[in-house]
Amino acid sequence: MTLSPAVEPGGGAPRRVIELDIPSDVRFIERVVERVQHECQVMAYARQQVMLNVPVALTEALSNAILRGNADDPSKKVHVHASVDASRLVVEVRDEGQGFDLDACTVDVGIDTVDREDGRGLFLMRKLMHQVERVSALRGNTVRLTLNRE
Amino acid sequence: MSFSIIKEGDVIVVDVDGQFIVGNRQELKQKVLDELERGGRKFLIDFTKTGYIDSSGLGVLVSLSKKIREQGGELRLSNLNDDLKTLFELTKLDTLFQIADTRARALQSF
Repeated sequence: MTLSPAVEPGGGAPRRVIELDIPSDVRFIERVVERVQHECQVMAYARQQVMLNVPVALTEALSNAILRGNADDPSKKVHVHASVDASRLVVEVRDEGQGFDLDACTVDVGIDTVDREDGRGLFLMRKLMHQVERVSALRGNTVRLTLNRE
Repeated sequence: MSFSIIKEGDVIVVDVDGQFIVGNRQELKQKVLDELERGGRKFLIDFTKTGYIDSSGLGVLVSLSKKIREQGGELRLSNLNDDLKTLFELTKLDTLFQIADTRARALQSF
């Protein structure tokens, strides 16, 4: 895992940036999540945001990129760019795949579907992040998660 | 994540230590199913030492709940911290599982 932790230069409010590539291997997810959590903690994000919103939503995004986007192909990488400042966290997760339909991967979560074994990933991303977007990229698919700091 | 399985009376107690997520949930699922096959019918999963759970971890819990019920057994969960409680409420899984604040209360509820 290559890692570029940085505090962006300039006279404005500090922003911490993480940029890295990981192999398509779910065992790498926790390390990425820990790094982003740490930066949010440094920027004094609310405890629930650090301990729940960020880790769960980011785990879902990385898991989708690895398992769906890259089809669990170990030769493919997942690129992560996270930017944290006093206002918001923005994380972009890019895979090298052909594309998958985010909306097709989800279930309408409610009492009637509570005993389903799958389909909660995108629902959780949308509930725990302020914005979840699919961003056009020159190659692969990019999902952008935005969380406003509380 | 690591986990341990112990017996307290006729209840099989699983302690989850760490994150219960996509990379590590299958082994726990298999171990519980092995105990079910060996005749275990009362199961308690304790989350005292659990950080967070993702959708695949939740899926394993739902799957285990179904399989245990199919065999006439019962599953309880205990010691969810506030963040995990929020997760279960968001996904309505607090309506599917019997969740106790403490291990002792969970064991008494069987």
